Amino acid sequence: MWWKIGLFLLISFVSVAGIAFPIVEKPSAWYEFPIIVGLEENAKIIFFHVPTAWLTVIAFFMTAFYGVKFLRKRNLDDDAKSYAAAQLGMVFCILATITGAVWAKFAWGSFWSWDPRQTSIFALLLIYGAWFALRSAIESEDKKASLSAVYAIIAFITVPFFIFIMPRLMTGLHPGSADDTTAGPVINFKMNSNMLLIFFLSLAAFTILYFWIWNIGYKSIIYKDKINKLLTRG
Amino acid sequence: MKSYALFQKDINSELRTRYAVNSLAMFVIVAISVILFSIGNEKISENLTGGLYWVVIFFSAMSGLARAFVSEEERGTTLTLQLIASPSTVFTGKLIFNLILVFAMNSVITLLYAALFDEFVIKNFLLFFITFVVGNIGLAVSSTVIAAIIAKAGSKGTLYPVLSFPILLPLILTSVQLTLFAMDGTRFGEAIFELAIIVCYDIIMISASYMLFDFIWKD
Repeated sequence: MWWKIGLFLLISFVSVAGIAFPIVEKPSAWYEFPIIVGLEENAKIIFFHVPTAWLTVIAFFMTAFYGVKFLRKRNLDDDAKSYAAAQLGMVFCILATITGAVWAKFAWGSFWSWDPRQTSIFALLLIYGAWFALRSAIESEDKKASLSAVYAIIAFITVPFFIFIMPRLMTGLHPGSADDTTAGPVINFKMNSNMLLIFFLSLAAFTILYFWIWNIGYKSIIYKDKINKLLTRG
Repeated sequence: MKSYALFQKDINSELRTRYAVNSLAMFVIVAISVILFSIGNEKISENLTGGLYWVVIFFSAMSGLARAFVSEEERGTTLTLQLIASPSTVFTGKLIFNLILVFAMNSVITLLYAALFDEFVIKNFLLFFITFVVGNIGLAVSSTVIAAIIAKAGSKGTLYPVLSFPILLPLILTSVQLTLFAMDGTRFGEAIFELAIIVCYDIIMISASYMLFDFIWKD
């Protein structure tokens, strides 16, 4: 109970701090953020956009991880865990795409410009979409679980090409690309210590929130399956 | 050797009906003529021809390569295959068949393309040839695995490109880039990074498909 209230307070604090704390040239008070050249006020999205993108990848990893676990043990509960993770991953993937596109409108002048990062999030979106399409095409529970696990694993081992290797090596507009000179330090953390603190608090808060929803999600899937089995047995 | 026998069986049954080869050849012609019609008398840029080349390859592959496993499911011969051969043997046999199909298909596409598009001029032949070979291997491997998944999922036709596209995306993006390099006449050393990506992709895909095929194949 207490950790839920704590999490609520933490997320409230992070949201308020992320939006309301002023960005000034020479931060002196504890609540002032420094200016990052090339980003200015736009930099504030880091508290919300980066956690969603991070959770997209975490959820994707967990989908594949529980896929592997299912293939080893053949326990349908693992498939439920994988399914719940993918559902959340899809939600966060859409959120990351939209917040990124809105940010890009103000930072780069257009919603979509096929920056390597945008290509990679788009690929992730496609993979999630294909994964759900595959699941909906198969009737039998066991086959559905094993085939979608295999697909999740195949997708997971090709995606690192996109998410982790390509955007860092290719030139692009996104902060942290190879040719980035002005805004690059976002990744090397040119943020001052309080900005960094709020960034990591936000990351932690969203991650805890994710695991909480995921926990409820997979349990509800397992119970739903149990009830269905009882009902069909009559 | 068993996988070679399997491959021969596929070739024989293919030669009896010539279904895959015929439909694939027609598909290639249709796809290229659609592009030619849509271009009309416009002058298109070199970059566009390089990209369209891979569009034709992708959709031709999607139309023809699913046959390998779907035909087994349709004829109901999957169980027999499961009894007489180990999963990796079956996969090798099907992979060889698809590899030959992909290489034949893409050679035809390349020849037709070079003949019909004036803008499609390759300046660095060696680079293009290596891209062609490595890209085709990746294409064949990925589409064979996905074909196996599709066949087990009740051979839903529209699902095949949907599932394959995200997996093939790294391969296609890099191949398009390399084709453009070859058309620009970029020297070999400057393209080494993209080549390395494709080679890594091939190796990862081959090892992953051999590891995971057991789980797809066994019910």
